[in-house]
Amino acid sequence: MLKILKYSFYDLMRSSWSYVYLGFYLLLGIVLLFLNNDLSKAVITLMNVIIVLVPLIGTIFGVMYYYNSKEFTELLLAQPLKRSSIFLGQYLGVAISLSMSLIIGLGLPFIAYGLFKSSAIWDFSLLLIVGVFLTFIFSALAFNIALSHENKIKGFGYAILMWLFLAIIYDGLFLMSLIIFEDYPLDKVSLIGTMLNPIDLSRTLILLKLDISALLGYTGAVFKQFFGTSFGLIISFVMLLVWVILPVFRIVFKSRKKDF
Amino acid sequence: MVEIKDLHKSFSKNNVLNGVDLNINKGGIFAVLGPNGSGKTTIIKSILGMVIPNKGSIKVFDSDIKKSSDYRHKIDYMPQIANFPSNLKVIELIKMIKDLRGATDKDQMLIETFKLEPFLNKKLGTLSGGTKQKVNIVLTFMFDSPIIILDEPTTGLDPISLIRLKELIATEKQKGKAILITSHIMSFVEEVADEIVFILEGKIYFRGSIKALQEKTKEKDFEHAIANILIENHA
Amino acid sequence: MKIRFSIIIFIITTYFATAETKTVCEAGCDFNSIQTAVDSSESGDKIFIKAGIYNESNIVIYKKSLHISGENGTIIDTENNGYGFSVEATDIVIKNLTIKNIKISYTKEYAGILLFKSYDFVIENITVDNAFFGFLIQKSKDGIVKNNIISGQGKAEADSGNAIHLWHCENVKITNNDVRRMRDGIYLEFGNSSYIANNYSTENMRYGLHFMFSNDNTYEKNIFEANGAGVAVMFSKRIKMFNNTFKRNWGTASYGILLKEINDAELKHNVFEDNTIGINADGTNRITYFENTFKNNGYAIKVHGACYDNIYSRNNFLYNSFDLSYSGKLNSNKFENNYWSNYTGYDLNKDNIGDTPYRPVKLFSYLVNRTPESIVLLRSLFIDIIDFSEKVSPVFTPENLIDNQPLMTQVEW
Repeated sequence: MLKILKYSFYDLMRSSWSYVYLGFYLLLGIVLLFLNNDLSKAVITLMNVIIVLVPLIGTIFGVMYYYNSKEFTELLLAQPLKRSSIFLGQYLGVAISLSMSLIIGLGLPFIAYGLFKSSAIWDFSLLLIVGVFLTFIFSALAFNIALSHENKIKGFGYAILMWLFLAIIYDGLFLMSLIIFEDYPLDKVSLIGTMLNPIDLSRTLILLKLDISALLGYTGAVFKQFFGTSFGLIISFVMLLVWVILPVFRIVFKSRKKDF
Repeated sequence: MVEIKDLHKSFSKNNVLNGVDLNINKGGIFAVLGPNGSGKTTIIKSILGMVIPNKGSIKVFDSDIKKSSDYRHKIDYMPQIANFPSNLKVIELIKMIKDLRGATDKDQMLIETFKLEPFLNKKLGTLSGGTKQKVNIVLTFMFDSPIIILDEPTTGLDPISLIRLKELIATEKQKGKAILITSHIMSFVEEVADEIVFILEGKIYFRGSIKALQEKTKEKDFEHAIANILIENHA
Repeated sequence: MKIRFSIIIFIITTYFATAETKTVCEAGCDFNSIQTAVDSSESGDKIFIKAGIYNESNIVIYKKSLHISGENGTIIDTENNGYGFSVEATDIVIKNLTIKNIKISYTKEYAGILLFKSYDFVIENITVDNAFFGFLIQKSKDGIVKNNIISGQGKAEADSGNAIHLWHCENVKITNNDVRRMRDGIYLEFGNSSYIANNYSTENMRYGLHFMFSNDNTYEKNIFEANGAGVAVMFSKRIKMFNNTFKRNWGTASYGILLKEINDAELKHNVFEDNTIGINADGTNRITYFENTFKNNGYAIKVHGACYDNIYSRNNFLYNSFDLSYSGKLNSNKFENNYWSNYTGYDLNKDNIGDTPYRPVKLFSYLVNRTPESIVLLRSLFIDIIDFSEKVSPVFTPENLIDNQPLMTQVEW
């Protein structure tokens, strides 16, 4: 698997898309910091970018890489290699190279700006951790979609739809159901609803840092326990991990059954 | 060497293989023939583990292929259409395959034979179909495995390269290897094959030497013999 | 003239002639009990209590002007017996003492020091440990309470008292005190014309500072941290609030400041940081909010009904989850020249005033008021989208609630 990972990674490092992605984050970091001149504000803007764009880029990149490396995959399948290692290797190659672009692209401008001397370093690190998680989750989901659809166009379509659903539509439905059932106790439901969407989950993690003052303004023992103690932080991280592990398992499972 | 028992495979509702039994227990050149969509490539891909059968078992050197991927060390496979990652260079691809399968020095000889030196530092995406096929040959023959599977090996080759390929196949046969070939070029099959495995409607319709086939169909000419089978079964 | 001068000389000389310093210690001094020392003193005497632990309580000083002081290590342990000192006197000074273990009661307000109808008093450098009430000051005026440390152990509001409690008092200066883990840090009920500065009030269960029916007071340069609510100002007039810091007041009913039924107040140069609600205003009139900073609060300002003629200008609103929550009509309240970190407009003519107005109220804050659990959707892209569409064409939020001249850079003061 490590060999496949190595080749996928090199392959991606050589593709111009990685540099576009890296360049995009570099530019974003620089613009945010040096035009804004305010680290706290930059971190907030960055959060919006990370929970929306990182999943989108992870999804598109994952699907694109899967379809583009079909030949490579077929070549590898005839070699004495386990299927799971081929796909996991490719998946990790995508996820790691995307994560690296994210960390380097955003990290450099922030370090240049004097992040290490700032109190925002924890917020910023949390953002990067969440960004890496989202990259891993969404490229895994993208691989799942691509594995299930031979047709490229269909695969892309479903992948974008998935992103659209998780990034926007889900929250709309979520909000509507909260308003419809507002007469019932909803704190547990709302937290579970958050857990079921990796984007909401990541957002919650960041909220715990940026908006804890607002979150603590609500009654309800479950909310209080979740937001007021480290319980929420731990649960959120565990769920994020679950969100990585489940799609990866499905990659392994699906790839074992697939014909090429 | 290869033992296939009661192999079934269908893609969605399309039954491709309906109980294939095939046993190859000695060296030689086996031509897998059959009309388009008869399941030749599916059988080959099943042996390689690229297609997962619905039913049946495949053993390579007495070990079930489901259990481990290590048996593929004993198979050299040349795919039908040479699709390679396009932004890799030829030399890098050869290096990579060596890295994945193990060291060999036969690649130098093969590169010389097929005159590939000028292309070594070119990206695979820029190569012509024929050159890609030559790279494909190098990748296949640079390892010394007891089983060789060639899916349409002649596609896109110029006459000199074709001759070289035939020589190469002959040498490997001398070593007692089992070589499975699919091809549509009947003259090529007639020239190299020791045995014919004819597949029709997902089953093995005929297996035996060319002579036996000619006797069975009462046709002198090999190409006509094949055509005869097809006409009889479709008319 | 001459006669008057000689009278003054006479008074001074008699004063010095009669003033005595009495010492109290466990053995070998004039007295070994504070109460007996007090009882045998005359007005104008000084009592010095040497280091040591005195198990005394309910020390009564009645109509004697005494200057009582201790030294480092002078501890009065009331052993849960009631008051430390109970005083009714003019020109009284109590300083440099530790008083501890004040009795908790549900019927009587036991305090470290009780002052009743006392004038010209000074309470200084007193540490009250394990306090029920710290200082209970009633119907008194013209006093100073400074450099004291008062802390309690109460678990709930019902079984704890206030650190410094003024009732019907006037002109008291409360400065440099440290009050913590009580019910209210400093409480003024009918306390007028007082000055409260440089105090640190933290971890109090109810309010860091509490005004009830108290007019014409000023408090400045205090820090209120992690209290139930920072400061509650209720039913009071003409309160000046300058240069205070309100931070980490977290919870369901937690505010930096709770303003209820107050008029003509002035807030200037205060900092509100990390509070669930920075300012909660309910029935407030003619209040000016000038050059305050609201940073990282859940809500910077929550305005309930019946607020008229309030002016919010030159404040900094930085990274609050919500800048403003607003109920009811605008009612001639004004927002002008504030800096809003959420403002996304531009300034083409470079006059440091944004060219497009800013709407501080978001649709989402209405949704959260209605369905509190929807707070988990804060900062979601979907919420941003509906907030944006509300901004473009307001339906739910008051259309005229805008800052027409938002600043482009933070206000410095």
